[in-house]
Amino acid sequence: MERKLPPVDVILVGFGWTAAILGQELTDAGLNVLALERGGWRDTSTDFAVTFAQDELRYMERKALFQEPARDTLTFRNSPSESALPMRHLGSFLPATGVGGAGIHWNGQTWRFLPSDFVAKSHNTQRYGALADGMTIQDWGVTYDELEPYYDKFEYLCGISGKAGNLNGKIQDGGNPFEGARKRDYPNPPLDMVYAPTLFEKAAAETGHKPFPCPAANMSRPYTNPLGVTLGPCTYCGFCEKFGCGNYSKSSPQTTILPVLMRKKNFELRTQCEVLRVNHDDVAKRATGVVYVDAQGEEWEQPAEIVVLCAFAQHNPWLMMLSDIGKRYDVQSGEGVVGKNYAYQIVSGVDVFFDDKIMNPFVGAGALGIGIDEYNGDNFDHGGLGFIGGGYLACWQTNGRPIEYHPTPKGTPKWGTKWKKAVAKNYLTSLSISTHGAVMSHRNNYLDLDPTYHDTHGRPLLRLTFDYTDNEHKMSDYLTDRAEEIAKAMNARDIYAKKRTGHYSIVPYQTTHNTGGAIMGTDPKSSVVNRYLQSWDLHNLFVMGACVFPQNPGYNPTGTVGALTYWAADAIKNQYLKKQGPLVQA
Amino acid sequence: MKIFRYAALAATALTALTSAAYAADTSFHELERGKMLVNAGDCVSCHTVKGGTPFAGGRPIETPFGIIYSPNITPDPETGIGAWSDDAFYNAMHSGVDPKGERLYPAFPYPYFTKITRQDVKFMREYLNTLPPAKSSQAVSANNPNRMNDLTWPLNHRIFMRGWNMAFFEPGEFHPNKQKSGEWNRGAYLVEGAAHCGACHTPKNKLGGDETSHVLQGGNIQNWFAPQIAGDMRAGIGSWSANDIVEYLKTGRNKHSGATGMMAEVVTNSTSKLSDNDLHDIATYLKDVPGAAADAGSKPDQKVMAAGKAIFDDSCSACHQTDGQGVPHMFPPLVHNANVQSSDPSSVIRVILDGAQTVPTDARPTPSSMPAFNWKLSDDQTAAVANYVRNSWGNSAPAVSASQVADMRKQLQANIAQ
Repeated sequence: MERKLPPVDVILVGFGWTAAILGQELTDAGLNVLALERGGWRDTSTDFAVTFAQDELRYMERKALFQEPARDTLTFRNSPSESALPMRHLGSFLPATGVGGAGIHWNGQTWRFLPSDFVAKSHNTQRYGALADGMTIQDWGVTYDELEPYYDKFEYLCGISGKAGNLNGKIQDGGNPFEGARKRDYPNPPLDMVYAPTLFEKAAAETGHKPFPCPAANMSRPYTNPLGVTLGPCTYCGFCEKFGCGNYSKSSPQTTILPVLMRKKNFELRTQCEVLRVNHDDVAKRATGVVYVDAQGEEWEQPAEIVVLCAFAQHNPWLMMLSDIGKRYDVQSGEGVVGKNYAYQIVSGVDVFFDDKIMNPFVGAGALGIGIDEYNGDNFDHGGLGFIGGGYLACWQTNGRPIEYHPTPKGTPKWGTKWKKAVAKNYLTSLSISTHGAVMSHRNNYLDLDPTYHDTHGRPLLRLTFDYTDNEHKMSDYLTDRAEEIAKAMNARDIYAKKRTGHYSIVPYQTTHNTGGAIMGTDPKSSVVNRYLQSWDLHNLFVMGACVFPQNPGYNPTGTVGALTYWAADAIKNQYLKKQGPLVQA
Repeated sequence: MKIFRYAALAATALTALTSAAYAADTSFHELERGKMLVNAGDCVSCHTVKGGTPFAGGRPIETPFGIIYSPNITPDPETGIGAWSDDAFYNAMHSGVDPKGERLYPAFPYPYFTKITRQDVKFMREYLNTLPPAKSSQAVSANNPNRMNDLTWPLNHRIFMRGWNMAFFEPGEFHPNKQKSGEWNRGAYLVEGAAHCGACHTPKNKLGGDETSHVLQGGNIQNWFAPQIAGDMRAGIGSWSANDIVEYLKTGRNKHSGATGMMAEVVTNSTSKLSDNDLHDIATYLKDVPGAAADAGSKPDQKVMAAGKAIFDDSCSACHQTDGQGVPHMFPPLVHNANVQSSDPSSVIRVILDGAQTVPTDARPTPSSMPAFNWKLSDDQTAAVANYVRNSWGNSAPAVSASQVADMRKQLQANIAQ
């Protein structure tokens, strides 16, 4: 039986990027804010200091910064006709535990989505006719133009290094000409470029593309953000993704917000506190607070005026299901919304091998690279192609870490003397072009509660049902073919195109870009939250993160997650606090 | 600033009159003045035990002669100073004598506080009277036999302080220098009096008295070297502008340096709470204090420098940059850095071994930290990299030996054991 604590104004469930932003914004508005984080406190000098941050065994192989499946996992299957099994080792994606969340161990690739991405359904049906059978994409209910100031705010918080491609409608040389119009340039210039991406840049330009430096949350120079927090310049050490940055050079809640937020008297963080469920009063259509369990196993009821779900993408819809909030998605009837439209990313690559070109891959940064955007979203005519959506192509130089990075040509054995020889021969002299494709939501891709497996608290595990559809495979193959064409223009010794074939596998690492399950939209019948990320069912419950994406465009999600959080924070501060109730009438 | 934070033994006379907490009303101006001086004096740092009630005492103060526990200076009549008369308070501040006539130890910096005018002392008392009276079981006091100072002979006998005072203590309020500006005099009054900067930054003789011929030229305190804050270009702050000094005291960092160690506490509890005008006055005075060239030593051995450079490039250059320029306001530049080039290498060795955290303030909230290298670098390696940073990019300072590093390692381990 839980004991009841004194009420607070706002509870933030989880304490990563979205909670840090909301904590800062809502304490500024004078509210008393409490963040509940299931993991522990983490900071740069204690948890990933430069003296040991570059420890591949500890952080990558032994997964020091991630969620432990022994504590919390999900079950998985490819189709509704299969039985799901629990994921006992992390693989395809790497959710975090602890303060800062996955904002600690991301690469820092910080994109804006295209204006057409936000109206994917209406735009594509207008241009190409009816959607493929089973495709359940939707419009977001918010437009690019509405989000532009909030993208800007997140980019200036982070100190993104990049080059504008479209300033107030004017296309800028050297930037991404396909991006939506932005009001001002990035706060920092692009990172210094290493050799491999310049080879891609040259080949891409020669084949008629417009290459540009990718936007990076790795600092190209020292930067002090609008909150007064300073980041150091990136050292290109090549330990970003799966690692914390020891040099204060990668944007994270710790390096951009927490130094200010943690000093505030109207903010409180409780770590090692896992929220079990959200309490609610369905007559009043309000959340009344949460129940959480602390490290001692004690359960506490924490009342609040506003509850915001800020946990990782899958966890927010899971918590809603466990709390019996909203109507759960039913795959048979297609009705219900909570758990609907889970989506992911489809990635592939083309490895390019040279004899005489030295890349020094160990000089890297998480978002150090050159990209092209000709094949993203609806930047190209899909007529006759049999798919919609797309993705960017990029040559990144993120790392040359010895345990992880072993480029070998096609046909090389997976182990033994020949493999060793091939790695030694190619380690310094190869590069890779990656494709980063969208996943359109589909009727059969969703989240629900597993009927068999339970977590340590006796709650049913989340069940993930997901597979790629024809749309993804056709689209990804198309992107991979384009990447191969550019690779051919590099006059390399050997090219190895690695298409993504067959069913989705949850085993090999791909990306941590899990989306959907608590999607935003214009209608409570087809979405969980409205355009302000406010629950249709409980007006004082807000849901943050990539779980609100109705489908997943062909970019990394964090830029849009940040923008949506600022957008929602603005709505809470300037609309909801004045008049508590639904911000959009159903 | 607050070196030798020797605490006073507050022998509380229980003939309490009215509790000071209910003292007569005083003007806003007087309380503000008193508060400023209490802030400038950083009283709260020594008179608060970790996690305890502010000003309620009990903090163990480490001196070269043993541990002294600070008294409760809240107006509680039994365990604090509520029962003291204003005259008794003045006697403590001005003469280092408690209400019973016992000599105080100069961990309580009365050799500096003696410069404060009688009227200002009264204002400080009035401000302290506004604090909530707090009972303290940890503070040293006559009523608390469980809390005794732990000093070595002969200092455990207060009578000894008579001789000490005769040798090293010159009572007397501050006399303005008519040749100097108002700013200079106000700054001098704060620096030499309430702020007691010399308590750390002036070197001490063997008995803990100030070396009066080397005022503010740097002193060793609790295994730190508090660097010269006089005008030498290399080992002092000659290259800092007055605005640089103000920025440092206000925000904890400037383009030259960041406050860490004991100075971090001073910035947090004291200087960041002073007005810009007061800080400008302090800076005006400090800019006029003559520096002394520190011993530059001779260039270390070529092999040592090569070894130091290799370690520096691997382990230090990511933040401090290969040219030692650092990232101003974030990672302190090592070039022309007074702490790096001081003759006494204690702070350099200590920071390499133990790491350091630059103090976060409202103006500069980033808690940039240097991690500890004690588990990673041997004594020889630590000495090599210390020598490299002390003698590169135009820096020069005497050589550091592996045995100095070993000694510091032992001292720091002893600190942890305590």
